[in-house]
Amino acid sequence: MGVGITVERLNAFYGKTQALFDVNITVQANHATALIGPSGCGKSTFIRCLNRMHETIPEARVEGKVVIGDLSVYNGTSATQLRRRVGMVFQKPNPFPTMSIYDNVAAGLKLNGFRNRKQLDEVVHKSLHSSALWDEVKDHLHKKSGASLSGGQQQRLCIARALAVQPEVLLMDEPCSALDPISTGKIEELIFQLKEQYTIVIVTHNMQQAARVAEFTGFFLLGKMIEFDKTEKIFTNPSDKRTEDYVTGRFG
Amino acid sequence: MSNQALPRPRFNAPEPERESKAALKIEARTAPLLQGKVSEIPDAVFGWAMRLCGLAVVALLGLIVYQLILGSQLSWHAFGWKFFGQSDWNPVEDSYGALPFMYGTIVSSLLSLVIAVPLSIGVAVFITEMCPVGLRGILSFTTELLAAIPSVVYGLWAIFVLVPILREYVQPFLGKTLGWTGLFTGPPYGIGMLAAGVILAIMIIPIISSITREVLTVVPQHQREAVLALGATRWEMIRMGVLRNARAGIVGAIILGLGRALGETMAVTMVIGNRPEIAKSLFAPGYTMASVLANEFTEATGDLYLSALIEIGLALFFVTIVVNALARLMVWSVTRGQPARSLA
Amino acid sequence: MPDTNSNSEAGGIPQFGIPEISIPPISRRRRVTDHVMTGVAVLTVALVLLPLFAIFAYLVYKGIGSINLAFLTQTPKPVGEPGGGMANAIVGSMVILSIASLLGVPLGIGAGIFLSEYGRNRYGDIVRFVSDVLNGVPSIVIGIVAYGLVVMRQKHFSALAGGVALAIMMIPTIARTTEQMLLLVPQAIREAAYGLGVSRWRTTLSITLRTATSGVITGVMLAFARVAGETAPLLFTAFGNQFWNWKTDQPTAALSLQIFTYAISPFDEWHRQAWAGALVLIVLIVSAVAAVRIAVKHGTLAGA
Repeated sequence: MGVGITVERLNAFYGKTQALFDVNITVQANHATALIGPSGCGKSTFIRCLNRMHETIPEARVEGKVVIGDLSVYNGTSATQLRRRVGMVFQKPNPFPTMSIYDNVAAGLKLNGFRNRKQLDEVVHKSLHSSALWDEVKDHLHKKSGASLSGGQQQRLCIARALAVQPEVLLMDEPCSALDPISTGKIEELIFQLKEQYTIVIVTHNMQQAARVAEFTGFFLLGKMIEFDKTEKIFTNPSDKRTEDYVTGRFG
Repeated sequence: MSNQALPRPRFNAPEPERESKAALKIEARTAPLLQGKVSEIPDAVFGWAMRLCGLAVVALLGLIVYQLILGSQLSWHAFGWKFFGQSDWNPVEDSYGALPFMYGTIVSSLLSLVIAVPLSIGVAVFITEMCPVGLRGILSFTTELLAAIPSVVYGLWAIFVLVPILREYVQPFLGKTLGWTGLFTGPPYGIGMLAAGVILAIMIIPIISSITREVLTVVPQHQREAVLALGATRWEMIRMGVLRNARAGIVGAIILGLGRALGETMAVTMVIGNRPEIAKSLFAPGYTMASVLANEFTEATGDLYLSALIEIGLALFFVTIVVNALARLMVWSVTRGQPARSLA
Repeated sequence: MPDTNSNSEAGGIPQFGIPEISIPPISRRRRVTDHVMTGVAVLTVALVLLPLFAIFAYLVYKGIGSINLAFLTQTPKPVGEPGGGMANAIVGSMVILSIASLLGVPLGIGAGIFLSEYGRNRYGDIVRFVSDVLNGVPSIVIGIVAYGLVVMRQKHFSALAGGVALAIMMIPTIARTTEQMLLLVPQAIREAAYGLGVSRWRTTLSITLRTATSGVITGVMLAFARVAGETAPLLFTAFGNQFWNWKTDQPTAALSLQIFTYAISPFDEWHRQAWAGALVLIVLIVSAVAAVRIAVKHGTLAGA
């Protein structure tokens, strides 16, 4: 089962520039939470603070508290350990080009020293099923490279790869923005199903997508979280005028 | 809300298109296979190991400088700056002057430049501006092939093919026509400064040509088009629109070629005649800094002899470093630090 | 109002007051110059390619006749006696090159990894600069350094000293090409690995380096091919040997050294063998590079 996320007074910086200002959020376990907002509003920065990917940028800095389940993200554990419990799917599919499909899915385990062939087979099998890719690749698991698949397939491969490590939380940073509508539909369907087992946070610039897949939605603007509520309320009766303006298409 | 112009989006958005629910069976989440604590130590160790490798490169240069200075101490104390002004190289009497070798190095390198530069630029211009696109790959590949031939093989070919040609045909011809200049006098041995210059030229053409090609390619297309639009012929376009823009880079390429020529050892040693004398004629045998090292280092009896040789090595090192640094600066200023190919 | 120019009105359209200029066609001289220069350029290409073909032609012509089983399996015979071969030199070269690779390749790749992953800063710039400087040091000077470092300490010439000299030459080249190949790996690939909870060292080796493998190997082979033909740094490190030598701490024969010694000798028999040796040297270098190329291609997946 997934776990909940609590964020208190999160501030994020790129060098001297501040990108996030005092963000507070509580993400519910086993639900999908969408983060919307115009370009550059900080939603990607925010999600990358949840699994400490923000740190990989030189001179990037974070202040505040993030708790995922029972784990304090910023002073309870190493980043590497954290990322085994929090998986991430990126905007542009990034399978490992020199590895086969099988090796891609198993990468998270193999690279951490896990060698048991039978268990790896099982994990790969299950993960590819869970990302609805199994039928399409089951005949060339070992022969084809991860990069030889189509865009939508690659993204589902990346989802399988993330799931193989059995994280509790799945972070998705605009996972469909580089994909065609049919692949997008397939992945949205996937998210709908996955949230029963995992806690999902999805960044999207597509409001209809947020409406389709998420129970909760947060609206970001210029590094601040303006409003966070049930998706239905955000779209039909938002409390803040700025949210209303964005949602009705006045800007962004 | 003042402006009612824009309608709210319909929230009751249709449910995502679903194939039969049974088709999508998400596996239950199981306990993660990766348990246990992650240690930070391997990361730290690896980081330091890599930094050590980087440090090793710098240490290597320091080591080279140290060894050269250490080894040349004896000679430096004995002769001081006069070492580079004297032309008497006399191991028997332990009196050493490096002037003949410096002269030989400079003359052979300059001669090679005189021959190589027009040829290299010609090839580069042809490949980048005149050549049909299909031939480009083959031509650049073959000129690079010249760079792959080992120095000793060049020397071998030079001794048995180039030198006889020089001796039988070229030198007599030059002596008759240009002998009055004083550069082409004396018996046509074949072996000598001219042979060294020619073989060096062949060896540095690939490097000058390939850098020139890079520099020419970087000239923006609109420069060429601007000149053509004024009604220029192709050669005029090349002269005004391309070569002029790439001037600094071409000079850099030439200096890089010079750097290579200064340090070249084997091929030169095999055809220069190995006589430590300064002569005006290019037909005369000579001696370069690299050649004397190659020939006499293992024969050096006595510490001062060895030290004098090492001092020559130090001078050679210093000169090539300065020349190469200058060259790279000029090339970089034109290509703006785009990754330079490995200049083997 | 436009009008009233004495010049013609083309089709009823009034012309402005522009005097008629007749632009002469391109002068003959300019056109001839253009053709001449094209011819000059073609001539330079011919002049440059000529020695290339001449060298290869002579290598084959003069060398192929002398390559026989004896040449490849026997050691040199004493001066004046016909026959003998360069077997010990061929093997000696392989030994020296193996030592050089063992020392130079790991250090070079390590320095390359440093430059690309840990060196995007001032320290990295210093290493980069020094590396380029090292590339320009004449190989004979490197021989002197190896002499001081190894030969003087051990009081004898050795394959080890030769290997050290060649390794010093390989390191800067390998470092720079490795760095460039690693920089080509997109940051997204590294992030994918970090996102899975893979530690940094594992990511660098198993993901980043693995993705850049074929490029890195090409760089290594380039450095290898360059030092395989070197003679100068071996002159007073490996020194050469007329007999078999399997110990790494004794003077060792090398193919390039042998070619040099034979070429400058006054004996025709040795000259003949020098050509054969040169041909063998080139063939070995080309085969080694080609073999590695094929092996790398073979190990790559479809569509990678």
